[in-house]
Amino acid sequence: MSRLHITTTVNGDAQEFLCEPGTTLLDALRGPLGLTGSKEGCGSGDCGACTVTLDGEMVCACLVLAPEAQGRRIETIEGMAGAEGLHPLQQQFLAHGALQCGFCTPGVLVAAKALLDHNPDPSESEARYWLAGNLCRCTGYDKIIRAVLATAAQLRQERSPA
Amino acid sequence: MTTTQFHSPATLAEAASLLSAAGARPLAGGTDLVVQMRSGRAAAQAVVDLKRIPELTGIRRTADGGFAIGAATPCTALKADAALVAAWPGVVEAANLIGSVQVRNRATMAGNLCNASPGADSVPALIAAAARCRVVGPAGEREVAVAEVPTAPGRTSLAAGEFVAAILLPPQTGADAYLRLTPRTEMDIAVVGAGAWIELAADGTCTAARLSLGAVAPTALLVEAAGAALVGSKLGEEALAALSAACQAAANPIDDKRGTAAYRVAMSGVLARRAVLKAAARAAAAHAH
Repeated sequence: MSRLHITTTVNGDAQEFLCEPGTTLLDALRGPLGLTGSKEGCGSGDCGACTVTLDGEMVCACLVLAPEAQGRRIETIEGMAGAEGLHPLQQQFLAHGALQCGFCTPGVLVAAKALLDHNPDPSESEARYWLAGNLCRCTGYDKIIRAVLATAAQLRQERSPA
Repeated sequence: MTTTQFHSPATLAEAASLLSAAGARPLAGGTDLVVQMRSGRAAAQAVVDLKRIPELTGIRRTADGGFAIGAATPCTALKADAALVAAWPGVVEAANLIGSVQVRNRATMAGNLCNASPGADSVPALIAAAARCRVVGPAGEREVAVAEVPTAPGRTSLAAGEFVAAILLPPQTGADAYLRLTPRTEMDIAVVGAGAWIELAADGTCTAARLSLGAVAPTALLVEAAGAALVGSKLGEEALAALSAACQAAANPIDDKRGTAAYRVAMSGVLARRAVLKAAARAAAAHAH
């Protein structure tokens, strides 16, 4: 079996790795790329713990084959905090206590960021539907939703100060 | 079987050639195939990614005023096409009930069809729409009705080496709707799904109708007697009762964790009626404009 040489962009940096043809993107991220922030919960697209964005659209990395990443642009949880510190979503998750064990948190944060990129002013219902593919067994979701909506409000205010 | 090759052809001809090899599987969204490869349920010696073939991605208008939806077009992309949403809202809604946003950003209707799950959400909507498929294979191209593709759970009528290149929707002369019953509001699989298409005369008389049920038989059903029960009526109680009875007679479900067979039979009639009324409201609104 010949290993494939894949070149891709992860969190803005050019990356390359070798993989077997049937390797998932999640295994490539967590293995050769050393990015273990994306978690494997179910491995079948049900839990969302491996949520990353691929060319700007959120996907389950466990449902993407690593060779599909050739020439694509991937963003993971590791790219969320900037040089100036945590992303506002991460800060609000801390402020709201929107996590307990933390296993789902990277996927929830990536999905929540994708929501706010698409829709800066989501209703609670829109936020709940958008995050329906991210399972959390600890929080009961309420604090997650409050943190996401608080971030949306914060970002709207920062963009257009009253 | 271990996957030993990954191909990403740039043309349809190249894909057809690669897929004519034994053990080759087409990869569209991968939301079923990758899971099945990992569990050992699907053998894919070679995976042929269809997403880099320009012809297989996106939505195009056909010469007759219908739509050709490339096999590698993800469900969420359907919502972004205003003309498709206006013409076939039921099909777009059905495709966008599948899984989560993460899944719908990858999953395709062609994949939903070829995975041949009895509970596939987009399939009853496509059957109600009289959708057809452009199939490409070693013997060339052919067109086949969507209804004729699934033959049993996990099995299709496609011959070795054949794959769906596009889903073809006819020009809209009426309106459609799709409704699904699930225990949860999201991330669940249908207990019953009902796709309805209806054409109304200006006075509200039904001139044609098609009703398709999902999750109540080994494959999605086209219930011809249900459509026939509406033709010539103004969707009065008698016609709707006949529609429900025809759906309940056609349903042949199993018991599972989501519902008993008896519940599914009963709900087939309820969901079919609601889907027809939703489609009819859309058809009447189209007349009003």
